[in-house]
Amino acid sequence: MTMLQQKRPVYVVADNIISSLGFTTGENFVNLKNNISGIRVHEDPILSPAPVTISRIDTQEITSRATRFMDSQNHDRPAAAYTRLEKLIILSMHDAVTSSGVDPRGKRVLFILSTTKGNIDLLEERNRTAFNHRRLYLWELARTLGTYFGMQNTPMVISNACISGVVAITMAKRLIQAGLYDQAIVTGGDIATEFVISGFQSFQALSPEPCKPFDLNRTGLSLGEGCGTMVLSAEPAPEQINIIVAGTSISNDANHISGPSRTGEELSAAINQSISEAGLSPTDIHYISAHGTATPFNDEMESKAIGLSHLADVPLNSYKGYWGHTLGAAGIIESVAAIHSLREDFLIRSAGFETRGVTTPVNVIDRNRRAKLTTCLKTASGFGGCNAAAIYQKL
Amino acid sequence: MELTVTSFCHIHENKVIVNDNLLFFQGNFINFADFIKTVYKQEQINYPKFYKMDSVSKLGFLATDLVLKARTIAGYASEAVGIIFSNSSSSLDTDVAHHETICDRSNYFPSPSVFVYTLPNIVIGEVCIKHKIKGENAFLVSESFDPQMIFNIVHEHFENNRMEACLCGWVEMMGNKFNALVMLVEKDGRAHDTASFAPIAFNVTKMKELFEHN
Repeated sequence: MTMLQQKRPVYVVADNIISSLGFTTGENFVNLKNNISGIRVHEDPILSPAPVTISRIDTQEITSRATRFMDSQNHDRPAAAYTRLEKLIILSMHDAVTSSGVDPRGKRVLFILSTTKGNIDLLEERNRTAFNHRRLYLWELARTLGTYFGMQNTPMVISNACISGVVAITMAKRLIQAGLYDQAIVTGGDIATEFVISGFQSFQALSPEPCKPFDLNRTGLSLGEGCGTMVLSAEPAPEQINIIVAGTSISNDANHISGPSRTGEELSAAINQSISEAGLSPTDIHYISAHGTATPFNDEMESKAIGLSHLADVPLNSYKGYWGHTLGAAGIIESVAAIHSLREDFLIRSAGFETRGVTTPVNVIDRNRRAKLTTCLKTASGFGGCNAAAIYQKL
Repeated sequence: MELTVTSFCHIHENKVIVNDNLLFFQGNFINFADFIKTVYKQEQINYPKFYKMDSVSKLGFLATDLVLKARTIAGYASEAVGIIFSNSSSSLDTDVAHHETICDRSNYFPSPSVFVYTLPNIVIGEVCIKHKIKGENAFLVSESFDPQMIFNIVHEHFENNRMEACLCGWVEMMGNKFNALVMLVEKDGRAHDTASFAPIAFNVTKMKELFEHN
């Protein structure tokens, strides 16, 4: 490797999380610290013929917040002209961008959108007349958002299954370090739809109760709605603890399109590469924010990978027990939560975990605690055999 | 860093072009399924999983297979080969098929074998499985083929020694409209054994030319 450590650092200068647990990172982190899960049983024919256990953002809350905020901004179009997902993303981006001080219209600002399904609810009969069919295209969704914020660069869209969020952060870091941009607004979002719920149901992957990552009695995943934004910059933000994206890596299992690697070697390779890009060694990692979907195979594979990378003793949690699996948002909001753990030197209990249910030992965080934290690892894996790892470091 | 396209395949307008040679043309085009099956048979690819794939995966898989038939990557470690694909419609072609299985509550039959293809990066997964590729990979969505974006990403990978070879390009499929351009990019100076094809410089202008004129 050639002088990677000498590249200019990329700082996380602002962020936002929107989920069932709140509309800001602060609100979400308070609820995480109180170990409150947003996963509930929802009986809503729009989502599923039968009751479904998911983490859902309150629709009236989205509408009233979006209307209050957007209609006060003197834009050409009222809040009602934007889809559910667009409203969420605009609220998320606005919150993060405002506190970052970055001008989204800047020539050196890159906007990256991470999503798996975008406005897929526009396929539904009930939404057909209200919105133009074009908004189903992810680039059109991104353009709608870019236009809202007056951006001049064409947005980049990453749609890479459950690792999309980490891939988006990875792209932003690399393109800033390559000198092509100075700042990046990285946003991810996916909503709960009948489309996605029916698909995961057909895989029999959904848990009837809130999911229990790494637990002996885990019964599958919980889906969730989420949206998050991370603003990255080549310049540190004044008056705050500096966090950098220190290393990133992506790999593929080359094994199966809907099941993870049997050995975990490929995720482990991504973890090792991200640690080495950060100029660190495994003993420098203080905390792992795992993918932890609570499907039998994912958690098993992930624990093998963590063992292979000599990280079995490192405290680890999954946020899926709080937010469910938020798909294209997951890599971003879970990274933001992990970064806040670093900022506050505080480890959040892994919700739903009681007894270890994976064959390779991992150190799942079973109660909240203070801990001195400098460096954390975020992992993600997804359909198509993809894996991603990112290292965040407090300077 | 100088990079070269050492093999490419362009499938569009009912024809298949590999390294400037017209490999296949269908005068009596009926639909994509028939077209791609005919190419698959003619090229004797013999990979039964092909039949289970959705259209965009078949398209990307086949284009890649033809690229790698013309130019092997066997000399590279699995981790040293990467894939950067992009398109306009993501997986919308298959999304519509999945939606049709759930839009009528009296006839509700969502299927995992359809649903798994409602992600655009599955085509990358299929290619990785066939060719044992384990390196960096990403799927991007843009309104139209964006050679500058592809160049920036691929070039950055090589600059940082994350890849020694990269499959990259465009794999677009919607309805019966399709267009795939898959390129194999390698570092300059590596011994070139494909006598019939002179490698092309990997840059934005050349990519545009390949996309528009081949």
